[in-house]
Amino acid sequence: MNILSLFVLIPVLTVFAIMFTKNMKQTRVVSAIGMGIQLIMAGLLIYLYLTERQAGNMDAMIFYYDSLWFPTLNIHYTIGVDGISVAMIGLTAIVVFAGIFASWKVDYLYREFFISLILLSSGVFGFFISLDLFTMFLFYEVAVIPMYLLIGIWGTGPKEYSAMKLTLMLMAGSALILVGLLGIYFYSAATGSPLTFNLMEISKHTIPIAMQRFLFPFTFVGFGILGALFPFHTWSPDGHASAPTAVSMLHAGVLMKLGGYGAFRVAIFLMPEAAHEQAWIFLILTGISVVYGAFGAIFQKDLKYINAYSSVSHCGLVLFAILMMNETAMNGAVIQMISHGLMTALFFALIGMIYGRTHTRMINEMGGLMKVIPFLGVVYVIAGLASLGLPGLSGFVAEMTIFVGSFQHTDSFHRILTIAAASSIVITAVYILRVVGILLFGPIKNDHYLSLKDAVWYERLSTLTLLLAIAAIGMAPLWLSNMINFSLGPIVEKINGVATVAGLF
Amino acid sequence: MRHELILVALVLIVLIIDLNLKKSQKHRIIPIAISLFFIHTVVGFLPAQTGVLFGGMYHTDGLTILMKNILNIGVLIVLMQSVTWLKKEENGEKISEFYILLLSTLVGMNFMISSGDFLMLYLGLELATIPMAALAAYTHHQTRSAEAGIKLILSSALSSGILLFGLSLIYGSTGSIYFDTVGNLYSNTPMQVLAFIFFFSGMAFKISLVPFHLWTADVYEGSPVNVTSYFSVISKGASVFILIMVMYTVFHSIAYLWKDIIYLIAVMTMFIGNLFALRQKNMKRFLAFSSIAQAGFILLGILGGNKLGMTSTVYFVLVYIFSNLGAFGVVSAIAAKTGKESMDDYDGLYSTNPKLTLLMMLSVFSLGGIPPVAGFFGKFFLFASAASGGYYWLVFIAVLNATISLYYYLLVVKAMFINKSETPIAFFKSDTITRVALVICATGIFVIGFWSPIYEFIDKFTFAIVN
Repeated sequence: MNILSLFVLIPVLTVFAIMFTKNMKQTRVVSAIGMGIQLIMAGLLIYLYLTERQAGNMDAMIFYYDSLWFPTLNIHYTIGVDGISVAMIGLTAIVVFAGIFASWKVDYLYREFFISLILLSSGVFGFFISLDLFTMFLFYEVAVIPMYLLIGIWGTGPKEYSAMKLTLMLMAGSALILVGLLGIYFYSAATGSPLTFNLMEISKHTIPIAMQRFLFPFTFVGFGILGALFPFHTWSPDGHASAPTAVSMLHAGVLMKLGGYGAFRVAIFLMPEAAHEQAWIFLILTGISVVYGAFGAIFQKDLKYINAYSSVSHCGLVLFAILMMNETAMNGAVIQMISHGLMTALFFALIGMIYGRTHTRMINEMGGLMKVIPFLGVVYVIAGLASLGLPGLSGFVAEMTIFVGSFQHTDSFHRILTIAAASSIVITAVYILRVVGILLFGPIKNDHYLSLKDAVWYERLSTLTLLLAIAAIGMAPLWLSNMINFSLGPIVEKINGVATVAGLF
Repeated sequence: MRHELILVALVLIVLIIDLNLKKSQKHRIIPIAISLFFIHTVVGFLPAQTGVLFGGMYHTDGLTILMKNILNIGVLIVLMQSVTWLKKEENGEKISEFYILLLSTLVGMNFMISSGDFLMLYLGLELATIPMAALAAYTHHQTRSAEAGIKLILSSALSSGILLFGLSLIYGSTGSIYFDTVGNLYSNTPMQVLAFIFFFSGMAFKISLVPFHLWTADVYEGSPVNVTSYFSVISKGASVFILIMVMYTVFHSIAYLWKDIIYLIAVMTMFIGNLFALRQKNMKRFLAFSSIAQAGFILLGILGGNKLGMTSTVYFVLVYIFSNLGAFGVVSAIAAKTGKESMDDYDGLYSTNPKLTLLMMLSVFSLGGIPPVAGFFGKFFLFASAASGGYYWLVFIAVLNATISLYYYLLVVKAMFINKSETPIAFFKSDTITRVALVICATGIFVIGFWSPIYEFIDKFTFAIVN
């Protein structure tokens, strides 16, 4: 069996196993084992991928497998990975694994919780391995829907409102995507040859420019909604704030990356001409996302809202970099996806743990936590430093690459936007340091906090997994960057190889 | 002709057995009727002769047999789901009437599907409608049910009148009632366009497309649950089958014209069906409006006008039968045990009846078009067929509507999973036969989507607009 299919199969089997568990302990052990295997598999995949490349395999997609599903419509189950998707699979495996341990103590309807969570992850894995637009879309929706139950049942605050808002906005996004996909399908081949959903086949054919102009906004905005594109980002703060810890982690850490990945893999890769023409509109929108998200974070008092707005900012940066359409910026975009995925998952995990102890998420009600829960405090500071781009941690590598890449454009439009977006780093520093200052240092505002216990083993395991990955990328970014670059090169060449129909600028 | 003949024989057998049963033994008719119908369903799949009878009035080919089989499966599930309700004391004396009336309408639908001329179509339509009104008024001691019967008979009398007027114009202008002759002679003269509009309006009544949908909600709400599920699934499915065949074979020369009409009606049907469904609290009324919206989606397949369009329409009806019967099955199981039909009664259902809840969730997800269940595939193919005709904006409107519909489908999920209730519906165990029916629905919802041979099998028989 193809190793990639296992990534969908293992979560499904884990779900079946959970159905037969008898108590909470068994449920979480089974979940942990399942996702542990998944993590090992992801490591194995990276290793196999690298050896394959070293052995000189130059195919665009490795571990390619194709099987016909619906012959009349030429729908296939086609899977394969390149450096970018391998990196995303690694990210997903780490975040899901950490998420299981972060929700170790879920006791209300625990079986259903882990089933939904793992089902969601199988959708995400499926999305990243798919090369057929139909299956890709199928997995995309599988990843979105369990969110409703996860937030609606196990969430906090105005959970029903947030769950419904999130689900409906994301489904509206998938409405746009569906129109885009169908349009791509019916123009996927020259007249006379069979139509196809296969991503790699379509990329060899040029979709008529008039159709591209029509379809590109559908596809890009559709995926952009999931990537928190301004002004369609409003589901994100509410959704993240109401969601239970593991779900926030998974959602901000992985699911929002589906948006960036899809916008890149489907919208820009398949319709480069229209992308060049219309990039300026979306560059402005994503630029607003970046700066607005950062400013939004400054004014929030709820820890989760702060992190949710910072996610809007950071994910906006991903789309921003993708739209710059040169190799360096796009490389940065992928690293940023991974780096932000790990960082934000770590943040949400920590917030969940702090909330579990203090029973509040309002920053002005807390203070001096560093003295009572030093482990969580230190990890929080490190995560914050990674978020504001301290060298040696993953955030620096990502943001540096993005801004260097963006600045390679010589025209003033791109440069001004780059400078504006880069200013978000400063704003990020403001809100991160402010939170760290109030939350961790200063006097202890509540005597009850003096008796707080520091992290227990499963919490340490969850946070350390994420922390190690962040540090690894920060210390040794080259192997990741090379892995991505190898696959990115031909793609960027294809995107920029089109007749340069310059946009407005 | 086998389908119709066996069905008529079935009706007679049930009638004769009923005559020989004492009053206290009437319920014995239930297992007999169901097992006989089961045999009929199985026999329907055996290879059958195809050809033309009665000088072209009746024709049968692979496609019509397939459509009849799809309906048979649906009816079998409906019959199984209705057992608990039929066994109630109040229905004691008229159990066999239920089967006789229901199977008569099915005979009518079969004739409709196989019709080769407008006369046979009309006869079938009437045979499928009039006993239906009696079914709607089945629990006639309840005012609502009697009202539903009267409403149905009056509105369908009106729609039949309009349809018949259209048919007379068609005959007057072409001199023929045979599908192939009319199809060859039809053009876009004003009278023929008017005739088409009358005909289409009559059919639109049966499928309850907006603006001909006003009877639907009241009739659905008033009728007994199982009759409602029969209306909204089988009767609607049969009408869709006949509509798409007539549109593709008879009115192909004015396709450019009816495509515009269908475009408009599809948009109205989806929006109005969905917006009205948003506020419904009674589960039957809720499913009634959601089924109006679903009819709007089906029109997208008809609009495609190609082979893909017809295949996806038939396929969607099949998917729709399973998903809607799944939802109705749960509603009917709960109504038969507790008499509760309001959405508020479903609060906290997951804590007491998890299996029913899961099936309900699967069904509404399938109706809403969420993967990995069959509804996703059905909707995707419908949208694909509309997109193949270049109707991208319509597809966009339709998918937006699917999102709206997801809102109220999620309301059901929310009631069952999230809302807390002090008095949730207590745990109960359904009858074996009901459970079998529900398991069939659940299996269908999963298998029909993933298992592509079903789609490919349908595709073998379908055709594009004749040119």
